[in-house]
Amino acid sequence: MINLHETKISQDIPGKKLIVSREFSAPVAKVWRAWTESSLLDQWWAPKPWKAETKSLDFVTGGLWLYCMVGPAGERHWCRVDIISVEPGKQFRSVAVFCDEEGTPTNAAPEMKWFAQFEPSESGTKLIAEISFNTEAEMNAIVQMGFKEGFTMGLGNLDALLA
Amino acid sequence: MANEPRRDVFQAIADPTRRAILLLLVSQGMTPNALAEHFDCSRQAVSRHVNVLHECGLVKQEQSGREIHYYLNKHKMKEVDKWLKPFRKLWESRFNQLDEVLKNIND
Repeated sequence: MINLHETKISQDIPGKKLIVSREFSAPVAKVWRAWTESSLLDQWWAPKPWKAETKSLDFVTGGLWLYCMVGPAGERHWCRVDIISVEPGKQFRSVAVFCDEEGTPTNAAPEMKWFAQFEPSESGTKLIAEISFNTEAEMNAIVQMGFKEGFTMGLGNLDALLA
Repeated sequence: MANEPRRDVFQAIADPTRRAILLLLVSQGMTPNALAEHFDCSRQAVSRHVNVLHECGLVKQEQSGREIHYYLNKHKMKEVDKWLKPFRKLWESRFNQLDEVLKNIND
């Protein structure tokens, strides 16, 4: 069996939405755990060489995930994710913003609204995640805040905004 | 002043009919009539969509005899993909790590 799954990404510009989909070779129950348990999230959420560190996570409707991205030079960038609704093993909605260590949002940062759906599929699980933005400019900023240099640069810019 | 529609590639691919037109043109050049046969909407509507794609450079047109053929401008399509590249890399990296995590979760 081929274990190489393609990450599909499309952009819905009028809807100010990015849609990410991916198959996983594991049953929905496991994929769901990896998305909702902090000890597992911390292992994959940050793209290397960054690391994710959860301060608190309460993955229930009305709950909160407060974590930080730790950079190779020890830089820390905090993020808070408000869990809007949860249907365990099926889907969740959340809102993510950058914040400080106490979870107070920084106004400058774009707000990302998540709608993630998990479905059983032939290879195990299909994930479809919609990430919506308030403005096209914010969506574009996040698209460009990519991997490694882009990612670091984006967060570096955020530092400048917070200073 | 009239509201001028934007004519950039990202606006163009945001529409599902236009994305379907691009997919049809991946394998071959097509005439406006041949394209229209694939859609339920009117020929005029399809033609308007093709015009948007042409104006933003995603399709090229070539006259052969009395017929026009539309072709995909592959160079321009690459531009679209390049734009999403940092975002794609971020997610590919995350998901590859997630694959590893999933292998190690006990039942």
